[in-house]
Amino acid sequence: MNKKQKKMLARIIVSFLLLIVLSQLSITGYLRFGLYMIPYLIIGYDILKKAFKGIRNRQVFDENFLMAVATVGAIFLGDYQEGTAVMLFYQIGELFQSYAVGRSRKNISELMDIRPDYANVERDGRLEQVDPDEVEVGTLIVVQPGEKIPIDGVVTEGSSALNTSALTGESLPRETGVGEEVISGCINMTGLLKVRTTKEFGESTVSKILDLVENSSAKKSRSENFISKFARYYTPAVCYGALALAILPPFLRLGVLGLAPQWGSWIYRALTFLVISCPCALVISIPLSFFAGIGGASKAGILVKGSNYLEALSQTGWVVFDKTGTMTQGVFEVKGVHHSTVERERLLEYAALAECASSHPISKSLQKAYGKPLDRSRVTEIEEIGGNGVTARVDGMAVAAGSDRLMERLEISFVPCHHPGTVVHVALDGAYGGHILISDMLKANAGEAIRQLNKAGVKNTVMLTGDRKEAAEQVAKELGIREVHSELLPADKVAKVEELLERKGSREKLVFVGDGINDAPVLSRADIGIAMGALGSDAAIEAADIVLMDDDPLKIATAIRIARKCIRIVYENIYFAIGIKVICLALGAVGIANMWVAIFADVGVMVLAVLNAIRALFIKKMN
Amino acid sequence: MKKTYKIDVDCANCANKMEEAAKKTKGVKDATVSFMTLKMIVEFEKGAEPKAVMQEVLKNCKKVEDDCEIFL
Repeated sequence: MNKKQKKMLARIIVSFLLLIVLSQLSITGYLRFGLYMIPYLIIGYDILKKAFKGIRNRQVFDENFLMAVATVGAIFLGDYQEGTAVMLFYQIGELFQSYAVGRSRKNISELMDIRPDYANVERDGRLEQVDPDEVEVGTLIVVQPGEKIPIDGVVTEGSSALNTSALTGESLPRETGVGEEVISGCINMTGLLKVRTTKEFGESTVSKILDLVENSSAKKSRSENFISKFARYYTPAVCYGALALAILPPFLRLGVLGLAPQWGSWIYRALTFLVISCPCALVISIPLSFFAGIGGASKAGILVKGSNYLEALSQTGWVVFDKTGTMTQGVFEVKGVHHSTVERERLLEYAALAECASSHPISKSLQKAYGKPLDRSRVTEIEEIGGNGVTARVDGMAVAAGSDRLMERLEISFVPCHHPGTVVHVALDGAYGGHILISDMLKANAGEAIRQLNKAGVKNTVMLTGDRKEAAEQVAKELGIREVHSELLPADKVAKVEELLERKGSREKLVFVGDGINDAPVLSRADIGIAMGALGSDAAIEAADIVLMDDDPLKIATAIRIARKCIRIVYENIYFAIGIKVICLALGAVGIANMWVAIFADVGVMVLAVLNAIRALFIKKMN
Repeated sequence: MKKTYKIDVDCANCANKMEEAAKKTKGVKDATVSFMTLKMIVEFEKGAEPKAVMQEVLKNCKKVEDDCEIFL
């Protein structure tokens, strides 16, 4: 508790005790009034002051005004005890709310406590702690065991295990050593590391993530906007309602029915109205739920860029995946050389040389399988044939390496491959030379991820890939993905997603999951773009709406579950709070609900709604 | 141009009121206040001088909610 809260607690205790003592005494008249004024003013002076200031600034209808009018009115009617109690419970509610909010703020900021305070720089043989902001690119920094890596860089000396749990939610340490890239925000666990920085602090992963988390509150969800609008009209409406309740029935009784007006009773009902009407429960619990939901998600290594995305994610109907790097590891290996007219080694050599200019994982796997250094001077006239492969001259001989389409285009008859994977056909001097089969490993959790998505009620799963049909369908079948679109060029993927957006139901949202490397346009075209394995990839962090810090596809279902839970809590709170208030308002109007019920409708509902909102922070572990 | 300011305010509805007040201030294109993170993100109109505009924003916020602070 902070100072303000402690002071409030003291005021609550004192006036509470006074109220109990006074209720035991049987005093009447002005003395009774005077004595009750003591606890009333102790607990309520600031509310009265604020209400007065509000009236002066023409901001009449706020909860201070409601409380001031209700309690002053009750005292005016002679219900000193109830008037004081209303103020007391209102303050208890406010204190509870401010404490709960403060706690969750602290909880969540601790979760995101990845900001490094300093960087160790070696100067004249001595270590100096400097502000990470002042470290220039290319500086050698020292990270001792137990310290956070302050800035992205490459290890030049030492080896260690890194704890990435603050970033990814993954508790398994990651090994690192000389030549490896390290990411800021990880904690160095075992050995001393010397790191040459490759970025400025402001461009480092940790800054980007903090930036993202801090700005996530700027994008408000529809429910939040609804509530703030609701509060704007609701409070004045209830005030006028209360006024009408205080004035109209007595006049009706007097003028039309010729009965006694019963002013006191109707005014009492109107005051109950005012106490019930306070919108605090809604106004606090909805943003708190989203805040807790986003906080809980970031604890699991899922960064959500705004509560609107959490809301949209909860309505996920279709999930579209990229294959490579999302469902598969993106690590290609040569599995075999088939129908080769020359030696296996020679075919690999020609293919590797022809593809030597490309940085695509396929060409890397060819180089790896060839296993010897490539002499690039042997290759001339390299030409990329639009996503289908390359043609080049190796040692003066025409070599073509690529897909079925390339062979068709060059009018070379080829032997199709029946194994799953990517096939690189090689033609030497215009004649078919055989093909190389390359395949990618599925991620261990890929199948489970699809099962979990189906379990979470996702209507359709779609995989998009540039791979050939056979390979794509094999993967889809193995994983249980319902729909596959294969042999797509990068530009086709956007068109395909647009087509899928047309096909899906209007109330369902389409999620696209990619690794963020080539699919930034698709990520932004989909209703929600999820980038995975984003640790260290700025482009992905920029383009996506939701960022999975590691590359575990199971997290997609986790993210959807978190979103659903959060939205469920939001709706529970909306219906619960409005429902109880409407019931109590009705009961209050007909005179069944008294001031005590009104206090429950106000403070009790708020406390319950806040406790419910905090639930969004806790996430059940998968499996 | 967008700038983020730290704020202090006690209740969620007051934060909403501050947001309204900031939005209506001249020179402010858009503003969002997050009660949970206690931050105000202000997007200024072209050519507006943030320092002067923020003084106005603070004044307007004080009008709707006396017990608030923007750390400029």
